Amino acid sequence: MSFFGLFKRRDLQPGTAPVARERLQVLLTHERANSSRMNLLSEMRKDIIDAITRHVSVTPEAVKVRIERRDRLSILRVAVDLPAQ
Amino acid sequence: MSKVVVVTSGKGGVGKTTSTAALGAALALSGKNVVVVDFDVGLRNLDLVMGAERRVVYDLINVAQGNAKLHQALIKDKRIETLSLLAASQTRDKDALSEKGLARVIKELRGQFDWIICDSPAGIERGAVMAMRHADAAVIVTNPEVSSVRDSDRIIGLLDAKTERAAKGELVEKHLLITRFDPARAGRGDMLRVEDVMDILSVPLLGIIPESDQVLRASNLGQPVTLANPLSAPARAYADAARRLIGESVAMNVPHDRFNLINKIFGGRAA
Repeated sequence: MSFFGLFKRRDLQPGTAPVARERLQVLLTHERANSSRMNLLSEMRKDIIDAITRHVSVTPEAVKVRIERRDRLSILRVAVDLPAQ
Repeated sequence: MSKVVVVTSGKGGVGKTTSTAALGAALALSGKNVVVVDFDVGLRNLDLVMGAERRVVYDLINVAQGNAKLHQALIKDKRIETLSLLAASQTRDKDALSEKGLARVIKELRGQFDWIICDSPAGIERGAVMAMRHADAAVIVTNPEVSSVRDSDRIIGLLDAKTERAAKGELVEKHLLITRFDPARAGRGDMLRVEDVMDILSVPLLGIIPESDQVLRASNLGQPVTLANPLSAPARAYADAARRLIGESVAMNVPHDRFNLINKIFGGRAA
């Protein structure tokens, strides 16, 4: 490496900020969608519990709601532990 | 009309406490009645940055639990008459602060102060949520760096979900405060630009605080940077930010220290 190369090298390094910007934009789009999905789940869970407790008396802990994501569809699974009669 | 402002960030070490002290002092200098409240229960530090660490007798938790009166816990600043501090507890655990107790303290503070500035703990757990709970406005402190921007985005989501205002279907007024900004590195393309951070977070800009030795010097002395060296670049940037918070329109720029070059040449001992 030439003597002047020592001085030039730094200038030749491309700026890294555009990469940071790009990565953040991709990541945050994904994370925001995820967090709104979490909100959707908790809203649905509330409504499901309300609907069930109108007919059967269950505690909120007895209702398990989750979304399973597959390739082409998502599955909403609701499991309710009903009290023994 | 009193205003509750939370200074928050998600990420630790980005300058929440420094900003709380600096903005609080700047607002108080303009004649407003201001209280700065430390919500970092167990890890209080605002008292230290304000230089009042030896004057703390009662704290926020004592008042919230009814073991002390508010006036016993408020520490009046010795430099600015209109500035007070409400410290966090150093010994109690973070769950010692109850929703009900906090609501009562905030109501009482609203009766006495124009501005109630809440210094949030880092994280997105209960402590951070309690600090933002009663906020009318939020100052989101962000470093131009990927992890800080990401955490700020999370905090913005919480402001829209977990505050009293959100519960009433109202919005918390949001302000972006970019700290530790280095115009030279941003110019070289090695630091996110202010516009990048604003674009990504979609929050209007309150101010740009340049990276500066003056911030550490001020905290060493236990002085808000706006009082320690009012002519320094970060102090001017905070003073401008405080004026924007009040609603004044102030041209946005990044102040720089005029003595910077001299400092560098003479080993940082000038000025």
